[in-house]
Order: sequence, then C-alpha cells, then structure tokens
Amino acid sequence: MNNHLQKRQNVIKGIFITVVIILVSRLFYIQIINEEREFSSEVTIKQVAARGAIYDRNGKLMVSIQASYDLTVIPNEVIEFDTLRLCELTDLSIEDFRIKLKKAKDYSKYKKSIISEQLPNKPAAQIREELNSFKGFDTKLNIDRNYNVDIAGHIIGFLGKENEDMEGKSGIELSYEEILKGKAGTKVMLVDVLNIPRESVDNGDRDIDAIHGKNIFITLDIDLQEYAEKLMQNKIGAIVAIEPSSGEILTLVSSPTYSPKDLIGRERSKNYTLLCNDTINKPLFNRALNGIYPPASPLKIVNSLIALQERSLNKNSHIACNGGFLYGNNKILKCHKHPNLVNLKSAIYTSCNTYFCNLWESFFDKYNSVYKGYDVWKEHVESFGFGNYLKNDFKSGQKGYIPESSHLDKKFPFKWQSSTILSMSIGQGELNCTPIQMANLSAIIANRGFYYIPHIIKGIENDTIPSRFSEKQHTSIDPQHFETIIDGMAQVLSDIDGTAFGHGVKGLSICGKTGTAQNNHGEDHSIFIAFAPKEKPKIAIAVYIENAGWGSEWAAPIATLIIEKHLNNTISRPILEEKMINGNLINKE
Amino acid sequence: MRKTIEIFGKIDGITILLYLFLVFFGWINIYAAVNNNDIVTSVFDLNTEYGRQLLFIGISVIIAFIILIVDWRFFDTLSFVFYGIGIISLIAVLLFGVEINGATSWFKIGSFTIQPSEFVKFTTALALAKILSINKKGVFSSKSMIRSYTIILTPFILIILQGDMGTALVFTSFILAFYREGLSGNILIVLLLLFALVLFSLLVYPWIVAVFCTSGILIIYYFSSKRIRSLKISFIIAIIANGIIFSTGHLYSNLLEPHHRNRIDVLIGKNETSAAANHLKQSEIAIGNGDWFGKGFLNGTQTQFDFVPEQSTDFIFCTVGEEWGFLGSFIFLLVFTTLLLRIIFLAEKQKSQFCRVYGYSVACILFIHLIINIAMTIGLAPTIGIPLPFMSYGGSSLISFTILLFIFLNLNSYRMEILR
Repeated sequence: MNNHLQKRQNVIKGIFITVVIILVSRLFYIQIINEEREFSSEVTIKQVAARGAIYDRNGKLMVSIQASYDLTVIPNEVIEFDTLRLCELTDLSIEDFRIKLKKAKDYSKYKKSIISEQLPNKPAAQIREELNSFKGFDTKLNIDRNYNVDIAGHIIGFLGKENEDMEGKSGIELSYEEILKGKAGTKVMLVDVLNIPRESVDNGDRDIDAIHGKNIFITLDIDLQEYAEKLMQNKIGAIVAIEPSSGEILTLVSSPTYSPKDLIGRERSKNYTLLCNDTINKPLFNRALNGIYPPASPLKIVNSLIALQERSLNKNSHIACNGGFLYGNNKILKCHKHPNLVNLKSAIYTSCNTYFCNLWESFFDKYNSVYKGYDVWKEHVESFGFGNYLKNDFKSGQKGYIPESSHLDKKFPFKWQSSTILSMSIGQGELNCTPIQMANLSAIIANRGFYYIPHIIKGIENDTIPSRFSEKQHTSIDPQHFETIIDGMAQVLSDIDGTAFGHGVKGLSICGKTGTAQNNHGEDHSIFIAFAPKEKPKIAIAVYIENAGWGSEWAAPIATLIIEKHLNNTISRPILEEKMINGNLINKE
Repeated sequence: MRKTIEIFGKIDGITILLYLFLVFFGWINIYAAVNNNDIVTSVFDLNTEYGRQLLFIGISVIIAFIILIVDWRFFDTLSFVFYGIGIISLIAVLLFGVEINGATSWFKIGSFTIQPSEFVKFTTALALAKILSINKKGVFSSKSMIRSYTIILTPFILIILQGDMGTALVFTSFILAFYREGLSGNILIVLLLLFALVLFSLLVYPWIVAVFCTSGILIIYYFSSKRIRSLKISFIIAIIANGIIFSTGHLYSNLLEPHHRNRIDVLIGKNETSAAANHLKQSEIAIGNGDWFGKGFLNGTQTQFDFVPEQSTDFIFCTVGEEWGFLGSFIFLLVFTTLLLRIIFLAEKQKSQFCRVYGYSVACILFIHLIINIAMTIGLAPTIGIPLPFMSYGGSSLISFTILLFIFLNLNSYRMEILR
C-alpha cells in the first residue's frame, strides 16, 4: 500500500500523545503545584458558650440559662404538612405563617431561615416530637437567660444581641461580661453541597471547645432585696444597704423598677420599648447609682466630724436655737420646733439648723481666708467618697457634685463668704450626691472612720474578685470623733425629741439620721440614713424617697423595717409595714 | 458462525485487558461517586447507579461475546443497513424522544432510557469504512468525497437538531481517519490555525490579534521563496483572516445559544458566578484535592458530599482525580492512551482498507471523547456533555462503546482472511 500514507500513523499517534501530555500537565498543575485550595466542603460551626450563672450572697440561684428554640425551615425540603397544627404550636396566625414561609423561600430555597423565634420550651418540645410530620422544618437551639427571681432588674441588668451574640448591656451582666460570657468554641465540619454539616474533620483535632462562662456570686441578699422592693412599690426613690465591715451591697433598689423577666424571650422588644417610653417614671433609670439628690441633713454629721477634727467645735458647749440663724443682711435660716438649748449630740437628734449654721461659721472663722477654709472642708468631704464614682463595680454612676471654689467664684461673682454658702452646712445648696454615696456615708459612721468600696461582686468561680474591694479606705477623720455623733444618731430614734422618734425597734440599737431635702421638683424628698447595731454594725442603709415629705414620714420607717428584717428576720410592726407597702406616692389620691 | 477455539486464539488479549481494566475502574468510581455512607445497600441493587451499571456491564460482556463469534461479513455486508437504522432512530428520537438536560436524545422505555446517538457512532464508523473501501478511484475523487461527507454530516446535523452539541462534535474526529487515508495535511494545519484564530479573537482584543496575524502573513510573504510567493494569495488570506477575527465576537454573541456561550465564557474567565462556573470550580477543587496519591477510595470529601454535579456520568473523572490522585489519574490516562495506540497498531496491520478505516475511526472516536471529557473537568474545554468511554455511568454509552471496540476486535481476528 501507499507507504507514505502508512507513515501518517506516526502523526496521528503524535497528536494523541501530545494531547494526553497536555492533559497530564494540566493535572499536574491542578493536583500538585497549585496549593491554593478552597475547600468549600469545610465549614466552621460556632459552639455556643453557656453564660455563667449568678447566685446571691447565700448561694441562692438568681440567674441561670435556659434553652429556647427557633423554628427554622429549609423551604426546598418542605412537603405538604398540617399548617394549622404548626401555627397552633408556634402561636402564629396562618397569614403570618404564610408570609414568613414566603420570605424564607425568597431568601433561599436551600438555606435555613428562622420562621419563629424563641419558642417557649413546651411548644418547642412538642414540635420536636412531631417533627416527622413537618418535613423541612427544624428547631435551632438558643441559649437565653432564665431568671429565678422577679426582682433586682437594675442590678442584674439585661442582655442585648450584638453580632448574633447575647451581650451584657447593663448591670452585672455588663460589669462582668468578660467573666460571664466565656469563650465560644468552633467545630470544623464537612458539609455537603447543600451546606448541611455531615461529619467532623480530622477527628475533631481542629475543633476548639467552648469555654463556658464562670458562675458568680453577688453580695445581694435576695430576700432582703425582695422585701425592700416590696416596700418601695409605688414610690419613686432608691435604697442602698451595705454591710459596713466589707462594703458588700446587701440591697440596692431603684424604684420604679422592672422584672428582669420582661427583658427576655419573645416579648423583649415590646417590653423594652414600653419601659423606654415611660419618661415620667423612668423605670430603666437606676436612681441608686445615677440619681442626683441633695445630701440634706445627714451632711450635718459630716460637717460636725470635720469641725471636731479641725478642733473648731466644743462638743459639749450649748447654743440657743431661737428658731433660726441670722446671717448676712438680716437673713434668717429657719429651724423647726425643738428644745431651745442644744449641744452637738442633741443638735444631731433634733437636727437643729441653727446649731450647724453656727458650727459652719465658727469653722470658717478659724481660717483667715474663706478659700483656705473651703478647701480644707472640701478635702475632708471628699475623703468620704463624695464627688466621686467610688470605683465600684457598676458601669454606670454619677459623681455627685462638691463644687470647686473656682466654681463658686463663677456662681457668686461678688466676693463670696462662708455665709453665702451657708445652706451647705445643712446639706442643701450647691452640693449633691447619689444614694449609694449616702449609704457609704452611713457605713463610714458605722465603721468609725473608714469604708470599703461598696461593691456587688462577692465571688467568682475559680477566680478572685478585684483586690480594691478588700482595701480599707480611710477618711480624714479620727475614730474618736465618731462616738458623740453616734450617740446622737441613736437618740434620733430613741429620744422623745429625736426626729425619728418612735421608729426604733425593741432590742435593736439603730443609729440614724433623718433628712428632708428641699428640691425643685415639688415636695421635699424624704431621706434617712441608718446603721445597726450600734456596736459591730451589720447593716448601713440610705433611703431616698422622692417628694415624700419629712424624712421621718416614709424614709425612716422603711429603713428601719429593712434593718429589722435583716437583723431579726421578723417584723414587729406589721401595721407600719402594711402602711409602707401600700403607700402610693406616685398616684396620690 | 465459527468455532470458538478459533476465535479466541486470534482475539487481541491486550485490548481486552485494557478494556476490562477501564470498565472495572469506572465501576469503582461510579460506586464512590454515588455511594452514600449513611445507607448501605447491595451492589446489585438496581435502584442505585452502581447496581444498574453492573447490569450494563453484564449486558456489554454478553454483547461483546456475541460480536466476537459472529462472522466478519455480517458487519461488512450489513454496514449500510446498520447505518440506515441508526439514521432512522435519530429521526425518530427527534419526533418521539424525551428531553433530558436540554437535549432531545433519549427514548424512554420503562425506567430505562436509550440514547440512539450513542449507537450511531459505530454505525457511522462502519458505513464510512465501507464507503471508503468500495471506492476504487481513491478517497479524493469528488464522488467519494461527497458520499463520505454525507455519511458523516447526516447524523451530525440530526444530532445538532437534538440539541446535543457534544455528541455532534464527536463526528468531527473522523477527519483524522480521513487524514490517514490521504487527506492533505495542510487541511489539518489550516483547521488548527482557524481554531487558534477564533480562540485568540475571543481571548484578547480582536485588533491585537489582527495586528499579529497580518504581520505574520507579511513576514511569511517576505521570507518565502520567489517560486511560491504570491501577493494576490497573501492578500486574500489576510482579508479572510481579518474577516474571521473581527466577525468572531459578533458571531459568538449572536450565533451561539446562550448556554453554550455561557460555558465558553466560564472557560475563558469572563464569567465567574454562574452555575456552570461553579460546576467547573467544584470540579477543579475535587481533582485538586487529590494531590499525589489521592484521598483514597470513598474518602474524597468533595466527591462524597456531592459537590460536583453529574458526578457519575460526565464528571466521573473528578472522582478519579480526588480519590486516586495524580498517580491514579496518570495511570488511567496511560492505560487509555495505550488502548488508543494499540488500536492504531492493530489497524495498521489490517490488510483491508475497510478494517483499517474502521480501526482508525474507533481510535478517533475514543480519543475525542477522552480529550473533551477530561479537558472539561480540568478547565481546558467548555462544559460539553459527553461521556468518558467505558468509565461514565450509562448503559447506552457503555454498550455502544463496547460494540464499537469489539466489532474492531472481531475484524482484527479475521485479518489474515480479509484481503480486500
């Protein structure tokens, strides 16, 4: 045959081999050289860390976690099902359900969408049981807060969603976010083409286990807290009770308050909006930490201690009250009715304004310049924690206000004198403070001159609490100056002329001081600070009730009831208790 | 009918071994591709693709055996009858067939489907061999040219009408068989240049290609000897070339069907988001995942989790690439190439032109399937749906490839007797 045509077989073989070599080279490139591999079959799945629980000082569980479930759907997998039954279980109307299903379909036919969020446990369990008859539907686990108590909303705080995670937004949840939240882990899984995880990669070697949040113990006594909140219902104000020997906050009430249960689950956003919109009562506003009030009469104690420390006062000498203090250009600072002759002790239990005006003036007389005297006074006052955040463990708070002398220069452009700011002698005027600072003042007096920073954390699982809470904070006042004052405070309740006479509790030596703060918002605020027992005090308390009149009218009984509850665990004055609980100062008739 | 002992002495054992290797290896990969670890079923379960493929393999073996014992004259004499049946079935499928994946190429009988275009491959090869062998005036008499082109173009056009570009493309491979029988090599070169021209016009700006092409023609003109130098011809070539270059874009966007254009766009990197692009990406990921030695049988993550569509049929090579690695892929290509070379080697030994042309046709058909199929899985060709011979799942393709190959083995076994 044609020989030259026979040779063409080599050309054809050549073409075959060349093409196959090109294929092999390309394979070599893809399989060996090209290291950039995009493994679309691997996904990293987040492992949720359980948030730490919160216990009270006695180990009672306040806040734990609970699982809630979202109903999800993969529209592509849905076959005919009993819509009515599923609507019933999810508590959705059929129209809503259809709209949500449509939305899910529009988003993706193959990916999961949420149909109904945070189903309560019971229907979720029912759905899981009947899941077989709802092909394409599934439930997705959520970890949410579970509250064992209905109280202390302000202290516990609430969570909010941040990048799909629940994060502390206020209260302890915010302060101890890092400790409570733990660390989410990851699990590397292989998914199939429909993005459904199928199995673990590398025997789980690349997985990172979730580190669960630590449990914490707080200083609160939930029984006392509950009692205090009950007493404060329908009243606007704040209560802070501290254990003086440790600075631990036993009770912290801001009223009106809300139940922490309102801010979880499906009703969360609805309730939150309601709370936010209540601009009259401001239930989300924590008055105990952020409320700015005049210190009022309890500041007379601080002024007395300063005068004693600076030796401008003889505690035994008497002055005559005469119903008021004359100063400046024929002005008078009035006093109320009480025995005319008073010394330090009786001035305290009668809360004699004239006495403390005198004390104020004679303190400043010691210094040749009013600035010098004011700065000495201010330094002493500030050593009590006024005008400062107190470095406690809440992320919210107010400093209060002790004016700088330069501020006073601005306020009084003419030359000001001690008498210009005379109202400060009785705790009114330019200065103000927060209820927690007043409770701290009470603890300082109870401790005779020092305090521990008021704090809410008592213990952290496998960890220690910040050391600053166990450091003694000394005031600038020597301990010996406290005794007369404390005697006077005891007589506030026990002496017939005491401003809170009659509110003592048999067998308990309660020391207190009333306050009645004039303010721009209506009737006077009713104030009471107290501690008990007189020796080795166990509780120091400050009670502020807005626009409630005399300190002895509301604040003193409420404070003493709480003290009695804490120390005796029984109430010997049920009629008073009932009156306090039922008193409605918000909607006065 | 002849004595069995006689046949098996003359049958080419090497080809049969290569064939069995490919079929068995193919079945293993089909098993891996469709196997679901969660559900254990018998390999004979006809509800699974591997179960059915096992059935097809059995049928193929029986058919192969029957073909081997039939006298060669059966195929020689009836080649036009086979061809006629093939063409009729192609017309019938256009009228009565069902549409799968956009092509009306299937008859549906019960749960099985039959694709006649698969069988037309060997009937065309037989008819072509016959027509070239009975022509005494040689391949290039105009009469012979028209006849042989008609033989090829008739099924080609019918299959294009079905919407099955891939299978139609297979029929272009006969050009290599023509070349062996005396077609001018220049035609191959011109076709190659034409292909390159179109490809470059799509890949880069047409005017850049035009500048290069025109200057190329000028350089060739200046350096060629005076004897063959012709300004007129060079000018005409330049005009035609530039015409092609500048009309390619237009033809590409107007003549091609959108889904074909889309697949070419994917290949040349103009489209990275479509389903076709994802298909190619997943295919390359799966193969790339194989590395040197592969992930191992049933251990390919991309394969096991069904990332590559059409995994058991047209994209069966992904499973080979991922689970058997570069080494496995290389061995597979080595075996396949050996088979091709073996067929050519045997074809050259034939004394009759009929047997030789048929042998070359077999080699060419297998070759074009191999390169298009593998090239598309590794991103060298657009996604064209044609099976990998002996490997892909599918009864029609396996049986038709078996018939195609074993008719040749039959003819080969008679080569001492066939002198014409």
